[in-house]
Amino acid sequence: MYQYILKRLFLMIPTLFGAAILVFFLLRMIPGDICFLRLASGGGNIDAQVLANCHVELGLDRPMWRQFLDFVVGFFTLDFGTSMWTGRPVIEEVGLRFQLSLQVAIMATLTAILIAIPLGTISAVKQNTWIDYVVRGFSIAGIAMPSFWLGILIILGILITSKAWFGASWMPPIKYVPIWEDPVQNLSMLIWPALATGYRYSAVATRMTRSALLEVLREDYVRTARAKGLLETLIVRRHALKNAMLPVVTVIGIEFAFLMGGLVVTEQVFNLNGLGKLFVSSVTNHDYTMTQALVMLVVTIFAFTNFIVDLFYAWLDPRIRYNR
Amino acid sequence: MAIVTDTVITDTDETPRRSRLTQLGQFARRNPLGAAGGIIVLVMMVMAAFADWITLYEPTANDFSVMHEPPNAAHWLGTDQFGRDVYTRIVYGARTALLVGFASAFIGATVGLVLGVGSAYFGGKIDLIFQRVMDVFMAFPLIIMALAVVSIFGTGVMNVIIAITIPFIPRAARVVRSSALAIREIPYIDAARTCGFSHARIILRHMVPNVMAPFLIIVTAAVGQAILIEASLSYLGLGVQEPTPAWGLMLRGGAEEYAESAPWMAIFPGLAISLAVFGFNLFGDALRDALDPKLRSQ
Repeated sequence: MYQYILKRLFLMIPTLFGAAILVFFLLRMIPGDICFLRLASGGGNIDAQVLANCHVELGLDRPMWRQFLDFVVGFFTLDFGTSMWTGRPVIEEVGLRFQLSLQVAIMATLTAILIAIPLGTISAVKQNTWIDYVVRGFSIAGIAMPSFWLGILIILGILITSKAWFGASWMPPIKYVPIWEDPVQNLSMLIWPALATGYRYSAVATRMTRSALLEVLREDYVRTARAKGLLETLIVRRHALKNAMLPVVTVIGIEFAFLMGGLVVTEQVFNLNGLGKLFVSSVTNHDYTMTQALVMLVVTIFAFTNFIVDLFYAWLDPRIRYNR
Repeated sequence: MAIVTDTVITDTDETPRRSRLTQLGQFARRNPLGAAGGIIVLVMMVMAAFADWITLYEPTANDFSVMHEPPNAAHWLGTDQFGRDVYTRIVYGARTALLVGFASAFIGATVGLVLGVGSAYFGGKIDLIFQRVMDVFMAFPLIIMALAVVSIFGTGVMNVIIAITIPFIPRAARVVRSSALAIREIPYIDAARTCGFSHARIILRHMVPNVMAPFLIIVTAAVGQAILIEASLSYLGLGVQEPTPAWGLMLRGGAEEYAESAPWMAIFPGLAISLAVFGFNLFGDALRDALDPKLRSQ
């Protein structure tokens, strides 16, 4: 087991290294120059000397390999440098927003689990009845609906109902406060994006729960449990559901990593100052250091989630042993 | 029990005589949801093909005398902030969505098909290295990869297609590879090798046709996804550009700003996106059930 964990951790390095190469060169292929953007924002002509000074200041005049080396060494020593756009340390800029995005991600995951497992179970137990069709329709609709549109609809719904009930339009607060400072304001701001992303997220998990449970319900040991006259609810809850959780956990894990990507659009709709918004603005500003750090963050989270999901497998299903 | 045996017998008896149409009817009866999806897809294609005949306005024509009109007899789904007819723009938007959807799904899956089968066929070190490269690409969330590609190539329909195609390739390659691995072990591949056929011939003539089922499944699943990503990119202002009619673009700017006073601008384009993706997903699911013998019931 320990050998397996070590091997997996070791295998993560080439993936991270490949991602570093990919993001580094992709970014440098993007036409445009951060110094040009930074200086042009004041208007007027830009002196060639000023532009060159700016390049020296940001270290962009150095040879490519040197910049790459700095980036990779920085990544493995957890030194991400300063944002080329704001001049503040990347860690600080990311830290400011990480809290918000992480909270939305966790709340969305909880929403998804709370929707997916009961609905998926009902759908599987009542296979091919109208309940099953409704649940399947509901979950496929979740995959089909763009989360930004759902976000717009939620905002619209809030506006209309608040006007109808209280006479004045109410909008979620715009300023982020940590949940331990003011839970009411925090939740009344973040619950909406969590619902919008959580519904979509739940759709994938619901379908997975349903199909996994259907498969397990055909197993011999379920037939044995039925044959000995066990209550159907007990069979489903105690015997089938736990064993059906394997693929569901995978899906939830993988989707969690991808939530970071999904948040790019949702944060735009709800005007949240989170990682997704930071990502879009740093790409458009050609802020190399910031974009690199964000991409590496997402890739690392992704790699780790996959790893943890694999370990979780062994725990859920004792037949799986990793001792190769 | 007797009933079950009966149907099985009649089923096998009739198999050779079944016509295409009854086959289609049976598919619809077995997969009511899949048939519904197929109909949605079909309607969308008709909309895109006959857009000129089924609309009364130009999709890009501004008419400032009818800005923010609610749905009425002249403008079925209302007008936007430039007085453009929302219904017309949705119908023409189907063209953009289908073009981007099919082009990126098909190109991405085809490139992935060749790479995946090749990787499985050669195996060994090549396969290992190829898999690691794919891992790197897969580690990027679809939309982030697409965003990066768009910022390199710029916006517009063609570049959006490229941006969506690239992240699809490794996903398709991975699925195809796993089916191709099983096929490589079947003796007829060894036989083909013994006959001295070239690698290209074995891959293209003997292996590719046998992974067509997963390929088709990937394509239909990817079309819906591509439509969704295109809408997201356009919504962020990084996809299709004004004045091209595109659903995601219709939700950008005006729709949000005027959501309260002109909700039709926000509701209908989103409904179009959802319905289209819904249709492709339902159809893709039914196709998978029909083509994948492992998942087929009975």
